[in-house]
Amino acid sequence: MTATLPTGSLDGPLDAPPGARVDVPPPLRLGRLRLYARRFARNRSAVVGVIIFVLLVAYSVLGGLFTPWDWSRQDFLALTQPPSGSHWFGTNQGGNDIYAQSVHGLQRSLVIALSVSVLTIVIAAVVGAGAAYLGGRVERWALALIHFLLVVPSFLILALVSNRVSGDWRVLIPLLTVFGWMFTARVIWSVSTSLRERDYVLLAEFMGVSRWRIVLRHIIPHLGALLIVNFTLGIVSTVLAETSLSFLGFGVKTPDVSLGSLLADGSGTITSAPWLFAFPAGLLVLLTVSVTLIGDGLRDALDPTSMVGGRA
Amino acid sequence: MTSPTTPAGKRVLSVRDLTVTFQSERGPVEAVRGVDLDLYAGRTLALVGESGSGKSATATSIIGLLPPGARARGEVLLDGQELLGLDDRRMSAVRGRRVGMVFQDPLSALTPIFAVGRQVADAVRVHSKVSKQAAWRRAVELLDLVGIPRPQLRARDFPHQFSGGMRQRVVIALAIANDPDLIIADEPTTALDVTVQAQILEVLEVAKAETGAAVLLITHDLGVVAGHADEVAVMYAGRVVERAEVGELFATPAMPYTLGLLGSVPSPEATRRLPLVPIEGEPPAPSQRPAGCPFAPRCPLVRDDCRDKEPALTEIRQRHDVACVRAADVLGRRPEDVFARAEEPAVAPAPAAGPVLRVNGLGRTFPVTKGAVLRRRVGTLQAVSGVSFSIRAGETFCLVGESGSGKTTTLLEILRLRPPESGTVEVLGVDVAGLLPAPERRRLRQAVQIVMQDPQGALDPRLPVFELLAEPLRAAGYAAEATRDRVVEVLDLVGLPRDSLDRFPAAFSGGQRQRLTIARALATKPRLLVLDEPVSALDVSVQASVLNLLARLKSQLGLAYLVVAHDLAVVRHIADRIAVMYLGHIVETGGAEELFAQPRHPYTRALLSAVPIPDPERERSRERIVLRGEQRSAANLPAGCVFADRCQLRPTLATDLQELCGTRRPLLEQSGGTTVACHAV
Repeated sequence: MTATLPTGSLDGPLDAPPGARVDVPPPLRLGRLRLYARRFARNRSAVVGVIIFVLLVAYSVLGGLFTPWDWSRQDFLALTQPPSGSHWFGTNQGGNDIYAQSVHGLQRSLVIALSVSVLTIVIAAVVGAGAAYLGGRVERWALALIHFLLVVPSFLILALVSNRVSGDWRVLIPLLTVFGWMFTARVIWSVSTSLRERDYVLLAEFMGVSRWRIVLRHIIPHLGALLIVNFTLGIVSTVLAETSLSFLGFGVKTPDVSLGSLLADGSGTITSAPWLFAFPAGLLVLLTVSVTLIGDGLRDALDPTSMVGGRA
Repeated sequence: MTSPTTPAGKRVLSVRDLTVTFQSERGPVEAVRGVDLDLYAGRTLALVGESGSGKSATATSIIGLLPPGARARGEVLLDGQELLGLDDRRMSAVRGRRVGMVFQDPLSALTPIFAVGRQVADAVRVHSKVSKQAAWRRAVELLDLVGIPRPQLRARDFPHQFSGGMRQRVVIALAIANDPDLIIADEPTTALDVTVQAQILEVLEVAKAETGAAVLLITHDLGVVAGHADEVAVMYAGRVVERAEVGELFATPAMPYTLGLLGSVPSPEATRRLPLVPIEGEPPAPSQRPAGCPFAPRCPLVRDDCRDKEPALTEIRQRHDVACVRAADVLGRRPEDVFARAEEPAVAPAPAAGPVLRVNGLGRTFPVTKGAVLRRRVGTLQAVSGVSFSIRAGETFCLVGESGSGKTTTLLEILRLRPPESGTVEVLGVDVAGLLPAPERRRLRQAVQIVMQDPQGALDPRLPVFELLAEPLRAAGYAAEATRDRVVEVLDLVGLPRDSLDRFPAAFSGGQRQRLTIARALATKPRLLVLDEPVSALDVSVQASVLNLLARLKSQLGLAYLVVAHDLAVVRHIADRIAVMYLGHIVETGGAEELFAQPRHPYTRALLSAVPIPDPERERSRERIVLRGEQRSAANLPAGCVFADRCQLRPTLATDLQELCGTRRPLLEQSGGTTVACHAV
C-alpha cells in the first residue's frame, strides 16, 4: 500500500492546473521537447547549472577579448607574478598570462571533454542496448569486443599513440573515445537485458515496430538517467584522463595548453605560487559542478515518475 | 451463524480512532482516517476495499510495521495492552508470539537459505524456551497440521523446493507457531490459483480452529469474504463505511458503495449475460479526497448534504453500522435499481463467415537446462501440446486454466506470427508459416493485436499518450495526418478525454490505463484482439466498466476476442466458447453455456467449484470439490492422462479404467454438450 501512495498524487505531473489547457484545442498536444523543457525549467539548480555552463563557454570563447595578453605570449618582465592589474590571474614561471592561458585551456578541455563524452555515450548506448535487444550473434560479438577492450592496457596504448602523433590535441578525441566507451557499454548492456523483457517492448514487436526502432524508442530512452550520469561523469573523467596524459607529457603539449596541463604545471608550485593552480582548478570545479547540475535536472525532466518535475 | 447480539468469545483486539499518515512530496497524506475495529476470539473479520482504501495500512499499523515516515495515532489494544508507540523490541515480543501474520507473497515471506522446518522451529524458539529438538518436533507437527505431506522429510527442504500453495501453508504454520491470539492475513490467496486458493482458505480455517485466534482477513475478493468471514468491514478512502455480519451485509447492504461493489462482480452462476452494473469513476487518490463523503462523486444517490460533511459511522440496525446519510433509502434495493446498468450492446451484424484464427495441433517445448557455465540440456518442458481451436468474427473464445497450464504460451505463439514449433496457425485463412510477401505479413500483423494484463507495464512510461497511440499506426505505415485522426478516433472509442493526449501514462488511474492499452490495440483496426487477463490487475469497481467497454467494442466493431483469464466469473460473463487447459492440453472445450451448466471433465468441475461465489448462504451450503496437491511440472508429463494424479474421479473408478488413465492419454471426444478428453465420461 505504501508503495502505491506516491502514484496517487500523480494527477497532473505535467504542469498547468487541470483545466487550464482545456479551452485551447487547436494545438492538440504539446511537443515532447517543449514538455521536457518546461519540466527542466522548473528545476532551479539545473537552471543555475545551465547559467554557469553558458558563462564558462562564453568565457572560453570570448574571454580572450578582454585582455591584451595572448595565451602563447610571454611577459619576461613578470615571471611568477601573483594576480595584479595587468595580469588578472598572475603569471607562471615563463611569464605566460594565466588568465589568457585559462581561457585557452578551458576551450581545449571543453572541446575534448564534450566531444569525447558525447561520442562515448552514443557508441556505448547503441552497442550496449543493441546487443542486449538483438541478442544472438550480435550480442556475442559485441560482448567479445567489449571484454577485449576492457583487458587491453588502454592507457599505455593511449600514451604511445599520442606520443607518436606528437601531441596534436585533435587526435586525443578519437583515442579517448575508442578506449572510453566499453565500460559504459557493458553497464548499459546489463541494464538493457532486463528492459528487453518488458511488456511494452514485446507489445511493440507485436505491433510490427522494427527492431532498431524499438532499441531507439523504447530501450535507450529508459537508460536516460544512466546515460546522463555517465555523460557527466565522462566529462570529468575525460578532463582527468587528458590531465594525466598531459602530466606525463603525452597529451596536450607545450606550447599548447589545456586545463589539464595547466593543473599539472600549477600543482608543483601550489605553496609558493598558488594562483597557478587555483584558477584552472576553480574553472574545472565550476565546469564539473555545472555539468552535474544540468545532468540532474535533465534526469528529473526526462523521468516521468519524478516527483520533482511534477511538483515544482 | 452465531447470534448477532452476542459475539462468541472474548474481545481480542480493539482499534479505536486509528489514523495513519504518510509523508509524501505533497505533504502529509492520511491513508487511514479514524478506523474502529473489534476482533473476537474464534471469529474472522474481513476488511474489504479497493487498492488505496487503507486496508493494508490498517493492518501494518496494528503490528507496528509501518514504513519509516508513516505515523499512526489512535488506540490499538490487544487484550488491554496498547500496541501503538511500543518500541521495536517490545513490539517484537508481540509479533509472532501473540499476533501471527500471513502475507500475500509466500516466497518473500520465507528466508530462502534455511530449511522450512528450521524456520518454523526458530519461530517457536524465539518466543519460548524449549530445546532445539522439541522445537523441531513442534515444527513438524505444525507442518503436518497445515497439510504438508510427509512433514518429517519435507521439513528439511528449502522454500524454493515448494510450490506457491505449499509455501503459503508454511507461512501459515509460521503464523500459528506460538498459538497467537490474533492472525492477520493480508490477501493470503491473491497470488495463488483458484484450486489452491480453496485449499489455503481451508487451512486458514483449520489454523483458526486450532488456535482459537481472531482472524483479520484483508481481501478484495468478495467471494472469499462470503465464504470465510463472520463480520465484514468495508473500507473506502481510508475509512470504514459499512460494517455488519456477513449475511446481513450481503443481503441488505446499506451503503451505495457496498451495493455497487456487489453489483460489479460478475457472478459465476449468472445464466443470462447482462451488462454489469459499474460504479462510475474511480476511487479518489489519498491526496485529493473531496470534502464531504468521499464516495459522493461516484454515488448515484448523492444529495447536496453529502458534499458538506462526511457522515459518521452510525448504527442503523443491530450490529450494522453505516456511514451514509441515504442508508435508509439504500436498504433492500438491488444494485441495478440504484446504479445505471450500461445499455445492452446491440448484437453485431454477422460479419463475413470463415474463422479469423485457426490453430491446429499447436505445440511448444522449452529446453530444461542445468548448470550455469556449461549448460546441459536435462529435459524438455512440454508447455503446450496439440492445442487446436478456431475463432470466428464476433466471437469470444476463452482459454481457462491455472498458471503453468500453457495459456500464455499459446497466446505468444499465435502473436509471434512465425511458424510454430509444431502445428499450424492460420490468421484470416492465411497460414503464417508460409512464405508471405511483406505487405501481406504486415496486414496479418495489424489484424492481430494484444491487450496485456498489467497496463502499467504495457505502456512505455516515457512516452505521452499521443506517441503511445501513434506508434502502432506509424509501424503500419500511416501518414502523419491519418495518424493524428486515427489517434483521436480511438481515444473517443474507448471513452477517454481528448486532453489526455499529452499526458504521460503515470497520470492515469488503473482503469484509464487499461482503456489506453485497449485503444492502442485497436489503432490498426484489428480483426482479432487477444486479451491476456484483461481485468485481473484492476479494482473490482473498475473491472465492470472495462468489461462493459470490451462488450460494446466487440459488437460495435465486430471483433473476435481470444481471452486468457483465470477468473471464471469474468470468463462466464464474456465468453461464447471456452477451452479448459491443464498442463498444456485442452481437457474440455465447448460453448460457455453448456460448459458452465454441465461440466464433464473432472478438472473443469473442480475448477468451477473452487470459484468463490459472492453470496454467503450459497457459498457455505454448496458442496465443493477441493483438489489434492498442485499441478505437476510440465517437464515430465505422465504417459497417461495429465490430470490423473489429482483427479477426484479416478479413485472411484473401476480398476481397469484407473489403469487406462495411468497409461493412455485420452483424446478430445464429443460428449454431451462439450468436447472432453477423459476416459471416464
